[in-house]
Amino acid sequence: MSGLVVEMAAKALKLNIPLSVQLDLTYRCNERCIHCYLDHDDHGEMTTAEIKHLLDQMADAGVFYLTISGGEIMMRRDFFDILEHARARLFCVKLKTNGVLIREKEARRLRELGVESIQISIYSHRAEVHDAITKLPGSLRQSIEAVRLLRSQGLLVRLANVLMVQNATDYRGVQALAAELDAKFTIDPTITPMMDGDRSILSLNVDQAALQNVFRDQALVGNVEEFCAPPPGVDEDALDMLPCSAGHTACYVSPYGDVYPCVQFPLPSGNVRRTKFVDIWRDSPQLKEVRSITLRDMPSCSQCTHGATCTRCPGLAYLEGNMRGPSSQDCEKSYARTGIPSENYKARHSSPESFSSPKLVQIQGLQPAEHALAAHVVSGGASA
Amino acid sequence: MKNHQYVTRSTAIAARALGDETMVMSATNSTLFTLDEVASVIWEAADGVTPLEEIVVNKICAQYDIAPGTALQDAQTLVEQLAGHGILLLSDQPLVPSSVSRKEAR
Repeated sequence: MSGLVVEMAAKALKLNIPLSVQLDLTYRCNERCIHCYLDHDDHGEMTTAEIKHLLDQMADAGVFYLTISGGEIMMRRDFFDILEHARARLFCVKLKTNGVLIREKEARRLRELGVESIQISIYSHRAEVHDAITKLPGSLRQSIEAVRLLRSQGLLVRLANVLMVQNATDYRGVQALAAELDAKFTIDPTITPMMDGDRSILSLNVDQAALQNVFRDQALVGNVEEFCAPPPGVDEDALDMLPCSAGHTACYVSPYGDVYPCVQFPLPSGNVRRTKFVDIWRDSPQLKEVRSITLRDMPSCSQCTHGATCTRCPGLAYLEGNMRGPSSQDCEKSYARTGIPSENYKARHSSPESFSSPKLVQIQGLQPAEHALAAHVVSGGASA
Repeated sequence: MKNHQYVTRSTAIAARALGDETMVMSATNSTLFTLDEVASVIWEAADGVTPLEEIVVNKICAQYDIAPGTALQDAQTLVEQLAGHGILLLSDQPLVPSSVSRKEAR
Protein backbone atom coordinates (compact mmCIF):
# COMPACT_ATOMS: atom_id res chain seq x y z
CA MET A 1 0.00 0.00 0.00
CA SER A 2 1.20 3.50 -0.75
CA GLY A 3 1.92 5.92 2.07
CA LEU A 4 -1.09 8.00 1.13
CA VAL A 5 -3.43 5.02 1.33
CA VAL A 6 -2.03 4.06 4.73
CA GLU A 7 -2.45 7.66 5.89
CA MET A 8 -6.05 7.73 4.71
CA ALA A 9 -6.81 4.44 6.44
CA ALA A 10 -5.31 5.72 9.68
CA LYS A 11 -7.41 8.88 9.48
CA ALA A 12 -10.57 6.89 8.72
CA LEU A 13 -9.85 4.68 11.73
CA LYS A 14 -9.43 7.72 13.96
CA LEU A 15 -12.66 9.29 12.66
CA ASN A 16 -14.59 5.97 12.73
CA ILE A 17 -15.37 6.17 9.02
CA PRO A 18 -16.17 3.05 6.98
CA LEU A 19 -13.66 3.70 4.23
CA SER A 20 -14.31 0.41 2.39
CA VAL A 21 -17.45 -1.63 1.89
CA GLN A 22 -18.01 -4.82 -0.04
CA LEU A 23 -21.58 -5.00 -1.28
CA ASP A 24 -22.77 -8.30 -2.69
CA LEU A 25 -25.65 -7.66 -5.09
CA THR A 26 -26.72 -11.28 -5.34
CA TYR A 27 -25.67 -14.77 -4.36
CA ARG A 28 -27.07 -16.12 -7.64
CA CYS A 29 -24.37 -17.28 -10.03
CA ASN A 30 -23.96 -18.84 -13.45
CA GLU A 31 -21.06 -20.93 -12.20
CA ARG A 32 -21.13 -23.57 -9.47
CA CYS A 33 -17.60 -23.45 -8.14
CA ILE A 34 -16.80 -26.43 -5.97
CA HIS A 35 -15.17 -24.26 -3.26
CA CYS A 36 -17.80 -21.49 -3.11
CA TYR A 37 -18.86 -20.39 0.38
CA LEU A 38 -22.32 -19.22 -0.73
CA ASP A 39 -25.63 -20.82 -1.48
CA HIS A 40 -27.00 -19.58 -4.78
CA ASP A 41 -30.68 -19.17 -4.03
CA ASP A 42 -32.40 -15.80 -3.84
CA HIS A 43 -33.68 -15.35 -0.29
CA GLY A 44 -35.08 -11.88 -1.00
CA GLU A 45 -32.44 -9.63 -2.50
CA MET A 46 -32.62 -5.89 -2.00
CA THR A 47 -34.49 -4.12 -4.78
CA THR A 48 -32.89 -1.57 -7.08
CA ALA A 49 -34.43 1.25 -5.03
CA GLU A 50 -33.21 -0.25 -1.77
CA ILE A 51 -29.67 -0.59 -3.11
CA LYS A 52 -29.63 2.97 -4.44
CA HIS A 53 -30.88 4.24 -1.09
CA LEU A 54 -28.14 2.23 0.62
CA LEU A 55 -25.50 3.68 -1.72
CA ASP A 56 -26.71 7.18 -0.83
CA GLN A 57 -26.40 6.35 2.86
CA MET A 58 -22.94 4.86 2.39
CA ALA A 59 -21.73 7.92 0.48
CA ASP A 60 -23.00 10.15 3.26
CA ALA A 61 -21.24 7.93 5.83
CA GLY A 62 -17.93 8.46 4.04
CA VAL A 63 -17.47 5.18 2.16
CA PHE A 64 -14.88 5.69 -0.58
CA TYR A 65 -13.90 2.21 -1.80
CA LEU A 66 -16.92 0.21 -2.92
CA THR A 67 -16.35 -3.38 -3.99
CA ILE A 68 -19.37 -4.75 -5.83
CA SER A 69 -19.40 -8.52 -5.80
CA GLY A 70 -21.61 -11.59 -5.57
CA GLY A 71 -22.53 -14.27 -6.68
CA GLU A 72 -22.20 -13.10 -10.22
CA ILE A 73 -22.94 -9.38 -10.31
CA MET A 74 -24.25 -9.48 -13.88
CA MET A 75 -26.99 -11.89 -12.91
CA ARG A 76 -28.75 -8.73 -11.71
CA ARG A 77 -30.56 -7.16 -14.64
CA ASP A 78 -30.26 -3.80 -12.91
CA PHE A 79 -26.49 -4.09 -12.50
CA PHE A 80 -25.60 -1.15 -14.74
CA ASP A 81 -28.37 0.96 -13.21
CA ILE A 82 -26.84 0.31 -9.78
CA LEU A 83 -23.30 0.92 -11.03
CA GLU A 84 -24.32 4.17 -12.66
CA HIS A 85 -25.80 5.35 -9.37
CA ALA A 86 -22.66 4.31 -7.48
CA ARG A 87 -20.44 6.27 -9.85
CA ALA A 88 -22.73 9.30 -9.69
CA ARG A 89 -22.13 9.21 -5.94
CA LEU A 90 -18.40 9.19 -6.70
CA PHE A 91 -17.45 5.86 -5.15
CA CYS A 92 -14.16 4.31 -6.18
CA VAL A 93 -15.75 1.15 -7.59
CA LYS A 94 -14.02 -2.22 -7.83
CA LEU A 95 -15.88 -5.14 -9.37
CA LYS A 96 -15.57 -8.89 -8.81
CA THR A 97 -17.02 -11.06 -11.55
CA ASN A 98 -16.36 -14.24 -13.50
CA GLY A 99 -16.69 -12.21 -16.71
CA VAL A 100 -18.78 -14.82 -18.48
CA LEU A 101 -21.54 -12.32 -19.30
CA ILE A 102 -19.21 -9.52 -20.41
CA ARG A 103 -19.31 -8.70 -24.13
CA GLU A 104 -18.02 -5.66 -25.98
CA LYS A 105 -21.05 -3.56 -25.05
CA GLU A 106 -20.64 -4.32 -21.34
CA ALA A 107 -16.88 -3.70 -21.44
CA ARG A 108 -17.42 -0.32 -23.11
CA ARG A 109 -20.06 0.66 -20.55
CA LEU A 110 -17.75 -0.27 -17.68
CA ARG A 111 -15.08 1.98 -19.14
CA GLU A 112 -17.56 4.82 -19.62
CA LEU A 113 -18.63 4.54 -16.00
CA GLY A 114 -15.04 4.73 -14.78
CA VAL A 115 -14.71 1.64 -12.58
CA GLU A 116 -11.34 1.45 -10.86
CA SER A 117 -10.66 -2.24 -11.49
CA ILE A 118 -12.29 -5.55 -12.32
CA GLN A 119 -11.24 -8.78 -10.66
CA ILE A 120 -11.94 -11.97 -12.56
CA SER A 121 -11.56 -15.43 -11.04
CA ILE A 122 -9.30 -17.73 -13.04
CA TYR A 123 -8.51 -21.09 -11.44
CA SER A 124 -6.22 -22.51 -14.07
CA HIS A 125 -4.77 -21.79 -17.49
CA ARG A 126 -6.06 -25.23 -18.49
CA ALA A 127 -9.73 -25.35 -19.48
CA GLU A 128 -10.19 -28.90 -18.21
CA VAL A 129 -9.13 -27.77 -14.71
CA HIS A 130 -10.82 -24.35 -14.62
CA ASP A 131 -14.12 -25.61 -16.06
CA ALA A 132 -14.14 -28.60 -13.69
CA ILE A 133 -13.89 -26.18 -10.75
CA THR A 134 -16.58 -23.79 -12.04
CA LYS A 135 -18.73 -26.66 -13.37
CA LEU A 136 -19.49 -24.45 -16.38
CA PRO A 137 -18.17 -25.83 -19.68
CA GLY A 138 -16.43 -23.13 -21.73
CA SER A 139 -16.09 -20.79 -18.75
CA LEU A 140 -12.32 -20.35 -19.03
CA ARG A 141 -12.61 -19.34 -22.68
CA GLN A 142 -15.41 -16.88 -21.84
CA SER A 143 -13.58 -15.40 -18.85
CA ILE A 144 -10.41 -14.91 -20.90
CA GLU A 145 -12.41 -13.25 -23.65
CA ALA A 146 -13.86 -10.88 -21.06
CA VAL A 147 -10.37 -9.99 -19.86
CA ARG A 148 -9.33 -9.19 -23.44
CA LEU A 149 -12.39 -7.00 -24.00
CA LEU A 150 -11.88 -5.15 -20.75
CA ARG A 151 -8.19 -4.61 -21.40
CA SER A 152 -8.98 -3.34 -24.90
CA GLN A 153 -11.02 -0.64 -23.17
CA GLY A 154 -7.99 0.24 -21.05
CA LEU A 155 -9.54 -1.07 -17.85
CA LEU A 156 -7.42 -2.44 -15.02
CA VAL A 157 -8.06 -6.18 -14.71
CA ARG A 158 -6.84 -8.50 -12.00
CA LEU A 159 -6.86 -12.27 -12.32
CA ALA A 160 -7.67 -13.84 -8.95
CA ASN A 161 -6.33 -17.33 -8.54
CA VAL A 162 -7.81 -19.24 -5.58
CA LEU A 163 -5.69 -22.28 -4.85
CA MET A 164 -7.14 -25.63 -3.91
CA VAL A 165 -6.22 -29.28 -4.28
CA GLN A 166 -7.51 -29.37 -7.86
CA ASN A 167 -5.30 -26.55 -9.18
CA ALA A 168 -2.43 -26.46 -6.69
CA THR A 169 0.28 -26.57 -9.34
CA ASP A 170 -1.37 -24.29 -11.93
CA TYR A 171 -0.73 -20.88 -10.42
CA ARG A 172 2.38 -20.29 -12.51
CA GLY A 173 0.31 -20.93 -15.64
CA VAL A 174 -2.31 -18.43 -14.48
CA GLN A 175 0.40 -15.93 -13.65
CA ALA A 176 1.82 -16.33 -17.17
CA LEU A 177 -1.68 -15.95 -18.61
CA ALA A 178 -2.10 -12.70 -16.66
CA ALA A 179 1.16 -11.40 -18.11
CA GLU A 180 0.05 -12.37 -21.62
CA LEU A 181 -3.27 -10.55 -21.13
CA ASP A 182 -1.55 -7.54 -19.54
CA ALA A 183 -3.56 -8.09 -16.38
CA LYS A 184 -2.55 -8.07 -12.71
CA PHE A 185 -2.37 -11.32 -10.78
CA THR A 186 -3.29 -12.22 -7.22
CA ILE A 187 -3.26 -15.56 -5.50
CA ASP A 188 -5.21 -16.73 -2.47
CA PRO A 189 -4.31 -20.09 -0.95
CA THR A 190 -7.25 -20.20 1.48
CA ILE A 191 -10.57 -21.97 1.07
CA THR A 192 -12.94 -20.64 3.71
CA PRO A 193 -15.97 -22.30 5.33
CA MET A 194 -19.38 -21.62 3.86
CA MET A 195 -21.20 -18.63 5.31
CA ASP A 196 -23.69 -20.98 6.96
CA GLY A 197 -20.83 -22.55 8.89
CA ASP A 198 -20.54 -25.73 6.79
CA ARG A 199 -16.85 -26.67 6.87
CA SER A 200 -16.94 -29.56 4.41
CA ILE A 201 -15.29 -27.54 1.64
CA LEU A 202 -12.21 -27.02 3.81
CA SER A 203 -11.04 -30.42 2.58
CA LEU A 204 -10.23 -28.65 -0.71
CA ASN A 205 -7.46 -26.61 0.96
CA VAL A 206 -3.96 -27.29 -0.32
CA ASP A 207 -1.55 -29.11 1.99
CA GLN A 208 1.56 -27.83 3.80
CA ALA A 209 3.89 -28.80 0.94
CA ALA A 210 1.87 -26.81 -1.59
CA LEU A 211 1.70 -23.82 0.75
CA GLN A 212 5.46 -23.97 1.24
CA ASN A 213 5.96 -23.93 -2.52
CA VAL A 214 3.79 -20.84 -2.86
CA PHE A 215 5.50 -18.99 0.00
CA ARG A 216 8.93 -19.77 -1.40
CA ASP A 217 8.18 -18.68 -4.95
CA GLN A 218 10.10 -15.50 -5.60
CA ALA A 219 7.79 -14.57 -8.47
CA LEU A 220 4.94 -14.38 -5.96
CA VAL A 221 6.45 -13.10 -2.73
CA GLY A 222 9.51 -11.16 -3.83
CA ASN A 223 12.28 -11.51 -1.28
CA VAL A 224 11.77 -15.09 -0.03
CA GLU A 225 14.24 -14.79 2.82
CA GLU A 226 12.46 -11.73 4.15
CA PHE A 227 8.97 -13.13 3.53
CA CYS A 228 9.75 -16.40 5.29
CA ALA A 229 11.84 -14.92 8.09
CA PRO A 230 11.23 -16.21 11.63
CA PRO A 231 8.74 -14.06 13.53
CA PRO A 232 10.21 -11.43 15.85
CA GLY A 233 7.90 -12.32 18.73
CA VAL A 234 5.36 -10.17 20.51
CA ASP A 235 6.32 -6.98 22.33
CA GLU A 236 4.22 -4.47 24.27
CA ASP A 237 3.44 -2.39 21.17
CA ALA A 238 2.31 -5.44 19.25
CA LEU A 239 -0.17 -6.32 22.00
CA ASP A 240 -2.14 -3.18 21.15
CA MET A 241 -2.35 -4.09 17.46
CA LEU A 242 -5.74 -4.33 15.80
CA PRO A 243 -6.38 -7.59 13.95
CA CYS A 244 -7.43 -6.18 10.55
CA SER A 245 -9.69 -3.57 9.00
CA ALA A 246 -12.88 -5.65 9.40
CA GLY A 247 -15.33 -3.61 11.46
CA HIS A 248 -12.73 -0.87 11.95
CA THR A 249 -12.67 0.85 8.54
CA ALA A 250 -14.41 -1.81 6.47
CA CYS A 251 -17.55 -3.88 6.45
CA TYR A 252 -19.68 -6.10 4.25
CA VAL A 253 -23.33 -5.87 3.19
CA SER A 254 -25.12 -8.96 1.87
CA PRO A 255 -27.76 -8.97 -0.91
CA TYR A 256 -30.37 -9.10 1.86
CA GLY A 257 -29.10 -5.99 3.62
CA ASP A 258 -27.30 -7.79 6.42
CA VAL A 259 -24.21 -6.00 7.67
CA TYR A 260 -21.18 -8.01 8.78
CA PRO A 261 -17.65 -6.90 9.72
CA CYS A 262 -16.37 -8.61 6.56
CA VAL A 263 -17.51 -11.09 3.93
CA GLN A 264 -15.35 -13.67 5.73
CA PHE A 265 -16.64 -12.65 9.15
CA PRO A 266 -20.37 -13.52 9.22
CA LEU A 267 -21.19 -11.94 12.57
CA PRO A 268 -24.68 -10.44 12.09
CA SER A 269 -24.38 -6.78 13.06
CA GLY A 270 -27.59 -5.21 11.71
CA ASN A 271 -29.76 -4.94 8.64
CA VAL A 272 -30.06 -1.84 6.47
CA ARG A 273 -33.71 -2.62 5.76
CA ARG A 274 -34.46 -1.82 9.39
CA THR A 275 -31.67 0.47 10.53
CA LYS A 276 -29.72 3.24 8.81
CA PHE A 277 -26.33 2.12 7.59
CA VAL A 278 -24.49 4.78 9.58
CA ASP A 279 -26.34 3.87 12.78
CA ILE A 280 -25.34 0.22 12.35
CA TRP A 281 -21.77 1.28 11.68
CA ARG A 282 -21.57 3.51 14.75
CA ASP A 283 -23.81 1.76 17.25
CA SER A 284 -23.95 -1.95 16.51
CA PRO A 285 -22.90 -3.80 19.69
CA GLN A 286 -21.36 -6.49 17.50
CA LEU A 287 -19.16 -4.06 15.58
CA LYS A 288 -18.24 -2.32 18.82
CA GLU A 289 -17.15 -5.65 20.25
CA VAL A 290 -15.06 -6.41 17.17
CA ARG A 291 -13.42 -2.98 17.47
CA SER A 292 -12.59 -3.55 21.12
CA ILE A 293 -10.36 -6.57 20.43
CA THR A 294 -6.59 -6.18 20.28
CA LEU A 295 -3.92 -8.83 20.25
CA ARG A 296 -3.74 -8.42 24.03
CA ASP A 297 -7.28 -9.80 24.29
CA MET A 298 -6.44 -13.02 22.44
CA PRO A 299 -5.35 -15.58 25.04
CA SER A 300 -3.60 -17.92 22.61
CA CYS A 301 -2.33 -15.54 19.92
CA SER A 302 -0.90 -13.01 22.39
CA GLN A 303 1.36 -15.79 23.72
CA CYS A 304 2.33 -17.00 20.25
CA THR A 305 5.62 -16.10 18.62
CA HIS A 306 3.70 -15.37 15.40
CA GLY A 307 1.32 -12.96 17.16
CA ALA A 308 2.72 -9.76 15.66
CA THR A 309 3.20 -11.00 12.09
CA CYS A 310 0.47 -13.59 11.62
CA THR A 311 -2.15 -13.03 8.91
CA ARG A 312 -4.78 -14.23 11.40
CA CYS A 313 -8.28 -13.67 10.06
CA PRO A 314 -10.70 -12.82 12.88
CA GLY A 315 -13.59 -14.01 10.70
CA LEU A 316 -12.08 -17.45 10.31
CA ALA A 317 -11.42 -17.47 14.06
CA TYR A 318 -15.08 -16.60 14.60
CA LEU A 319 -16.10 -19.44 12.31
CA GLU A 320 -14.00 -21.74 14.49
CA GLY A 321 -16.10 -20.61 17.44
CA ASN A 322 -14.20 -17.72 19.03
CA MET A 323 -13.40 -14.35 17.49
CA ARG A 324 -10.66 -13.93 20.11
CA GLY A 325 -9.19 -17.30 19.29
CA PRO A 326 -6.73 -18.41 16.65
CA SER A 327 -7.56 -19.06 13.03
CA SER A 328 -6.14 -22.51 12.43
CA GLN A 329 -5.86 -21.96 8.69
CA ASP A 330 -3.62 -18.97 9.34
CA CYS A 331 -1.61 -21.02 11.84
CA GLU A 332 -1.04 -23.48 9.01
CA LYS A 333 0.12 -20.65 6.77
CA SER A 334 2.46 -19.20 9.41
CA TYR A 335 4.00 -22.64 9.82
CA ALA A 336 4.35 -23.14 6.05
CA ARG A 337 5.92 -19.71 5.70
CA THR A 338 8.44 -19.86 8.53
CA GLY A 339 8.73 -23.52 9.56
CA ILE A 340 7.94 -22.47 13.11
CA PRO A 341 4.68 -23.84 14.56
CA SER A 342 2.24 -21.52 16.30
CA GLU A 343 1.01 -22.25 19.81
CA ASN A 344 -2.33 -23.35 18.39
CA TYR A 345 -0.65 -25.48 15.73
CA LYS A 346 1.40 -27.29 18.37
CA ALA A 347 -1.67 -27.87 20.52
CA ARG A 348 -3.75 -29.13 17.62
CA HIS A 349 -1.08 -31.51 16.45
CA SER A 350 -0.18 -32.81 19.91
CA SER A 351 -3.76 -33.63 20.82
CA PRO A 352 -5.88 -33.71 17.66
CA GLU A 353 -8.78 -35.52 19.35
CA SER A 354 -9.64 -32.41 21.38
CA PHE A 355 -9.92 -30.37 18.17
CA SER A 356 -12.43 -32.49 16.31
CA SER A 357 -14.69 -30.85 13.78
CA PRO A 358 -16.85 -28.32 15.55
CA LYS A 359 -20.57 -28.90 15.49
CA LEU A 360 -22.86 -26.31 13.99
CA VAL A 361 -25.15 -24.32 16.22
CA GLN A 362 -27.67 -22.08 14.57
CA ILE A 363 -28.08 -18.63 16.03
CA GLN A 364 -30.85 -16.10 15.48
CA GLY A 365 -30.51 -14.11 12.29
CA LEU A 366 -31.22 -10.38 12.41
CA GLN A 367 -33.44 -10.14 9.39
CA PRO A 368 -37.20 -10.77 9.15
CA ALA A 369 -38.19 -14.37 8.49
CA GLU A 370 -38.98 -13.78 4.82
CA HIS A 371 -35.42 -12.64 4.27
CA ALA A 372 -33.80 -15.03 6.64
CA LEU A 373 -30.36 -16.18 5.73
CA ALA A 374 -29.56 -18.84 8.27
CA ALA A 375 -26.68 -17.60 10.35
CA HIS A 376 -24.60 -20.27 11.93
CA VAL A 377 -21.64 -20.23 14.18
CA VAL A 378 -19.52 -23.09 15.25
CA SER A 379 -18.99 -24.06 18.81
CA GLY A 380 -17.11 -26.71 20.65
CA GLY A 381 -14.10 -26.38 18.38
CA ALA A 382 -10.67 -25.05 18.94
CA SER A 383 -10.57 -22.84 21.96
CA ALA A 384 -8.16 -20.06 22.61
CA MET B 1 -10.62 43.30 -19.31
CA LYS B 2 -9.36 40.20 -17.54
CA ASN B 3 -11.16 36.97 -18.36
CA HIS B 4 -12.77 34.97 -15.58
CA GLN B 5 -11.64 31.42 -14.94
CA TYR B 6 -14.26 28.75 -14.29
CA VAL B 7 -13.62 25.38 -12.70
CA THR B 8 -15.65 22.21 -12.43
CA ARG B 9 -14.91 18.72 -11.27
CA SER B 10 -14.36 15.94 -13.76
CA THR B 11 -16.88 13.11 -13.61
CA ALA B 12 -14.06 10.62 -14.25
CA ILE B 13 -13.04 10.63 -10.63
CA ALA B 14 -13.90 9.09 -7.29
CA ALA B 15 -14.03 11.48 -4.36
CA ARG B 16 -15.02 11.62 -0.73
CA ALA B 17 -14.51 13.95 2.21
CA LEU B 18 -12.39 12.53 5.00
CA GLY B 19 -12.57 14.91 7.94
CA ASP B 20 -11.47 18.30 6.65
CA GLU B 21 -9.62 16.76 3.70
CA THR B 22 -10.90 15.31 0.44
CA MET B 23 -9.72 12.09 -1.19
CA VAL B 24 -9.79 12.19 -4.97
CA MET B 25 -8.89 9.34 -7.30
CA SER B 26 -8.53 9.69 -11.03
CA ALA B 27 -10.61 7.01 -12.75
CA THR B 28 -8.30 7.08 -15.74
CA ASN B 29 -5.11 6.02 -13.98
CA SER B 30 -6.11 5.35 -10.34
CA THR B 31 -3.80 8.07 -9.05
CA LEU B 32 -4.86 9.11 -5.58
CA PHE B 33 -4.75 12.68 -4.29
CA THR B 34 -5.70 14.25 -1.01
CA LEU B 35 -6.79 17.85 -0.91
CA ASP B 36 -6.14 19.79 2.26
CA GLU B 37 -8.76 21.91 3.99
CA VAL B 38 -8.38 24.99 1.79
CA ALA B 39 -8.11 23.03 -1.46
CA SER B 40 -11.22 21.12 -0.38
CA VAL B 41 -13.13 24.39 -0.11
CA ILE B 42 -12.24 25.23 -3.72
CA TRP B 43 -13.06 21.68 -4.81
CA GLU B 44 -16.44 21.88 -3.15
CA ALA B 45 -17.22 25.23 -4.75
CA ALA B 46 -16.07 24.24 -8.26
CA ASP B 47 -19.50 24.27 -9.87
CA GLY B 48 -18.43 25.45 -13.32
CA VAL B 49 -20.44 28.66 -13.14
CA THR B 50 -18.85 30.58 -10.26
CA PRO B 51 -15.65 32.37 -11.33
CA LEU B 52 -12.54 31.23 -9.46
CA GLU B 53 -11.85 34.71 -8.14
CA GLU B 54 -15.37 34.83 -6.66
CA ILE B 55 -14.76 31.46 -4.98
CA VAL B 56 -11.50 32.76 -3.57
CA VAL B 57 -13.06 35.97 -2.23
CA ASN B 58 -16.25 34.42 -0.85
CA LYS B 59 -15.00 31.04 0.34
CA ILE B 60 -11.29 31.46 1.06
CA CYS B 61 -10.66 35.05 2.07
CA ALA B 62 -13.88 35.15 4.08
CA GLN B 63 -12.77 32.14 6.07
CA TYR B 64 -8.99 32.35 6.23
CA ASP B 65 -6.61 35.21 6.99
CA ILE B 66 -5.02 35.63 3.56
CA ALA B 67 -4.72 38.50 1.09
CA PRO B 68 -7.00 38.14 -1.98
CA GLY B 69 -4.14 38.49 -4.47
CA THR B 70 -2.03 35.82 -2.79
CA ALA B 71 -5.04 33.53 -2.36
CA LEU B 72 -6.04 33.86 -6.02
CA GLN B 73 -2.50 33.15 -7.18
CA ASP B 74 -2.33 30.04 -4.96
CA ALA B 75 -5.76 28.96 -6.14
CA GLN B 76 -4.80 29.34 -9.79
CA THR B 77 -1.69 27.22 -9.24
CA LEU B 78 -3.76 24.58 -7.49
CA VAL B 79 -6.52 24.32 -10.10
CA GLU B 80 -3.97 24.19 -12.91
CA GLN B 81 -2.19 21.32 -11.15
CA LEU B 82 -5.44 19.46 -10.63
CA ALA B 83 -6.51 20.14 -14.22
CA GLY B 84 -3.16 18.72 -15.33
CA HIS B 85 -4.14 15.46 -13.67
CA GLY B 86 -7.57 15.56 -15.29
CA ILE B 87 -9.56 15.80 -12.08
CA LEU B 88 -10.67 19.42 -12.57
CA LEU B 89 -11.75 21.10 -15.80
CA LEU B 90 -10.86 24.73 -16.51
CA SER B 91 -12.43 27.18 -18.92
CA ASP B 92 -12.70 30.90 -19.54
CA GLN B 93 -16.40 30.32 -20.15
CA PRO B 94 -18.95 28.93 -17.67
CA LEU B 95 -18.98 25.15 -17.82
CA VAL B 96 -22.12 23.06 -17.99
CA PRO B 97 -22.67 21.73 -14.45
CA SER B 98 -21.94 18.05 -14.17
CA SER B 99 -24.81 15.67 -13.54
CA VAL B 100 -23.24 14.91 -10.21
CA SER B 101 -24.56 17.17 -7.50
CA ARG B 102 -22.17 19.40 -5.63
CA LYS B 103 -22.70 17.66 -2.34
CA GLU B 104 -21.59 14.28 -3.60
CA ALA B 105 -18.05 14.52 -2.35
CA ARG B 106 -19.04 15.56 1.15
